[in-house]
Amino acid sequence: MANVPTPEELLNIDYSMPQQGWMDRKPVFEDGNFCYPAKPEIIEEIGFPNPRVWSPKDDDWKLPENWMEILHDGMKDRLSRYRSFKLFMDICVRCGACADKCHFFIGGGDPKNMPVLRAELLRSIYRKEFTTAGKILGKLAGARPLTQDVVKEWFYYFYQCTECRRCSLYCPYGIDTAEVTMMARELLHLLGIGINWIMEPVRNCNRMGNHLGIQPHAFKDIVDFLCEDIEEVTGIKIDPPMNEKGHEVIFITPSGDVFADPGVYTFMGYLMLFHEIGLDYTLSTYASEGGNFGLFTSHEMMKKLNAKMYAEAERLGSKWILGGECGHMWRVINQYMDTHNGPAPFLEVPKSPITGTVFENARQTKMVHICEFTADLMKHNKIRLDPSRNDHLRVTFHDSCNPARGMGFFEEPRYVIKQAVRNFFEMPPSTIREQTYCCGGGSGLNTDEIMEIRMRGGLPRGNALRHVQREHDVNMMSCICAIDRATLIPLADYWAPGVGISGVHELVANALIMKGEKKRTMDLRLEELPGMEGE
Amino acid sequence: MSFFIAFLLVLAFGSLAYLGVESGYKLTFAAIIPYVAVGVFVFGFVYKLIDWARSPVPFRIPTTGGQQKSLDWIQTDYLDNPPNKGWTVGRMILEVLTFRSLFRNTSMKLRWQDGEPRVAYYSAKWLWLFGLAFHYCFLLIFIRHFRLFMEPVPILVKGAEFMDGILQIGAPRLYQTDLIIVGALLFLLLRRVFDNKVRYISLLSDYFPLFLLLSIVSTGLWMRYFGKTDIVGVKQMTMSLVQFDPVVVDSVGAIFYIHLFFVSILLMYFPFSKLMHMGGVFLSPTRNAPNDTRMNHHVNPWNPPKKFHTYEAYEDDFREVMVEAGLPVEKQLEETPETEAEAE
Ligand code: SF4
Ligand code: SF4
Repeated sequence: MANVPTPEELLNIDYSMPQQGWMDRKPVFEDGNFCYPAKPEIIEEIGFPNPRVWSPKDDDWKLPENWMEILHDGMKDRLSRYRSFKLFMDICVRCGACADKCHFFIGGGDPKNMPVLRAELLRSIYRKEFTTAGKILGKLAGARPLTQDVVKEWFYYFYQCTECRRCSLYCPYGIDTAEVTMMARELLHLLGIGINWIMEPVRNCNRMGNHLGIQPHAFKDIVDFLCEDIEEVTGIKIDPPMNEKGHEVIFITPSGDVFADPGVYTFMGYLMLFHEIGLDYTLSTYASEGGNFGLFTSHEMMKKLNAKMYAEAERLGSKWILGGECGHMWRVINQYMDTHNGPAPFLEVPKSPITGTVFENARQTKMVHICEFTADLMKHNKIRLDPSRNDHLRVTFHDSCNPARGMGFFEEPRYVIKQAVRNFFEMPPSTIREQTYCCGGGSGLNTDEIMEIRMRGGLPRGNALRHVQREHDVNMMSCICAIDRATLIPLADYWAPGVGISGVHELVANALIMKGEKKRTMDLRLEELPGMEGE
Repeated sequence: MSFFIAFLLVLAFGSLAYLGVESGYKLTFAAIIPYVAVGVFVFGFVYKLIDWARSPVPFRIPTTGGQQKSLDWIQTDYLDNPPNKGWTVGRMILEVLTFRSLFRNTSMKLRWQDGEPRVAYYSAKWLWLFGLAFHYCFLLIFIRHFRLFMEPVPILVKGAEFMDGILQIGAPRLYQTDLIIVGALLFLLLRRVFDNKVRYISLLSDYFPLFLLLSIVSTGLWMRYFGKTDIVGVKQMTMSLVQFDPVVVDSVGAIFYIHLFFVSILLMYFPFSKLMHMGGVFLSPTRNAPNDTRMNHHVNPWNPPKKFHTYEAYEDDFREVMVEAGLPVEKQLEETPETEAEAE
């Protein structure tokens, strides 16, 4: 985290455009503004091509000899497989409506972080390689030759896009630069260019079941440990089933919830809720990852990692799947899961065993979001809550990009939060719901080596948070994404110091009145509850 | 730079038509080029649509701009997050007819207040307004032109003309669309020049269509309001075109040929340029698909084979520690692992 400028320094943002045309400008790779390349053994293990040792700062990236051909063929192949890609290469009118919608542009002022120009980085090559006008007229037609510098530029800028789709919302044709970024990253992977922060989790998830490579016994240890904390807070002993067959529900959450603060409190929240309602469920160590970093590499890898969910549900004989709070996990589940790995006839249409509600909206994927599930419980008064236990919190909610613009998941978490806390405040409308701003670390960019870029990307979100902190003394930002729970902490420290980050089910569990619990004097973080301290 | 090249290009096309007509190639400009242009337009347009359509849409990836359909008591935002085909059509209609996404547009400013930075958002509807104005005026003017190609003139065309000239100013009566379209085009052009972000992203192919359209409009206006072009003669010529028996009427001045040539250029340029957004907007996968992948099965026509690290392979790797930790296993320790590890 060295070399991160102070907020004052960072705010010296120059939005005027350079004199030099964008085709003539090259990115400069300096420590702190690029992600580290994936280690060759990792690339090799997951079967991606051209593993090698290279560094973005080197002049020579050791591209495979026929790299131009690889890119050309790779592009051609994707143009024929994705109408989105082909169309988005052709129909942009460069109206600029998307230009100031990207958090990286807002926080940095780099013109190539305007979504339209980000896409042009690829489009200019498309024109050169695949259109007659581009071949003949070249630069006049917005085309430019494919050089190694172009590849470097792609790496630089397509790893400064968090695939948040905010730009797509405003585009009159729905051009989704996130989709363009996905294609560009797939193409770069063909040349063995990827970042370690994405590829290592992919490898781990594939082998060990989760991003962090937690092995089954360690996974169980952590859960046991969290259960001890639950016992300390509530006096209730929980022993969640793991890898057990014959339970009605299999519960899958991002592994960040098991490993890192403050995700673990959210995880404790899930367990307490399940215990309280007597849900017949099991966890799995094999499918112990909801998040899918495959989404950030290639569609094939996404499919491969996602396949374990159904496979494990089938092996364990569960009836349906319940999914934890995670951003891109839900984008994958909503937009890709059934198409990739469905249908799953061995599962049943999810039905809440407590309320009898049938989740019609999940009748195909057979997978329910925990916030839908809990909102339904609350609506039917199936759990008792004492929201006053959260009175020391003044809460706002951060819509994660993926559930927002890739799913439309807005009301459920809000309903749940409002049942669990009494002080809830929204951030300004142009920064929430479908217009929400990214945490600056999505799509595998939540790595510390690019902290400055993250803080720049975090400016719009941080500023909106600062707004409610100033106006309403907000001191907690809740969210339903594991990456957010990790990335928003430095972001809040930087842009709105004093605001904490929590998952939604942490708040629920703090308010949850459990049968047979002792008088609560602590919250899940083992901190004294103001006004309820022990005698 | 691109700005001037685009301007010069259009100027050159205009001069070409003028010189061509003056040196006697009237029939070429009045008939041959327009026929070719229409052919290129139709063929190119259809070709492009087919070309796009040949690439499948493997996944439903709508941009969801509102609440999904979920529990009964949660209000679904049907138009921004359509759960089925019907609502998707609704979303598309609004998108195409009212430019709904562009209507959302805001502009961002970083300003300081009380020593703190504020990222402020202002509603920015000018682009939407002028964009919409341009497209509708273009449509109306297009419809009005059918007067020249049809006999008798359809009632719809007469109605459009009547509404357009309802202010009854001047003689010949001033059409509002003529005024507005010039204003809108100028706005779009000047925005490209004076908004530094938009200037930076603009290519030749962004300026060129604007200059071309401006030229078409201005030659048209000249003929109608100032040049007093022989409208009967023009109609005679256009009618002869539709009847595939082109004639040249001598009283029609060069300006008409220039106008027609510009239109021909536009038609030929259209299918190979960004102007194809007209066709493309209907095919956009983020807008024209319902958000129903959790409800219905969709098929990816090139679905790759399912390959993943199986549970068996996983257990083989970790059986010992799993047994130790008291986790259930499929095969006990004494059984030698036989399962093949995942085939990569
Ligand atoms: S809003 Fe859409 S059409 Fe306009 S510049 Fe951006 S991507 Fe292109
Ligand atoms: S998807 Fe998000 S990060 Fe990427 S260009 Fe669009 S707004 Fe920026």
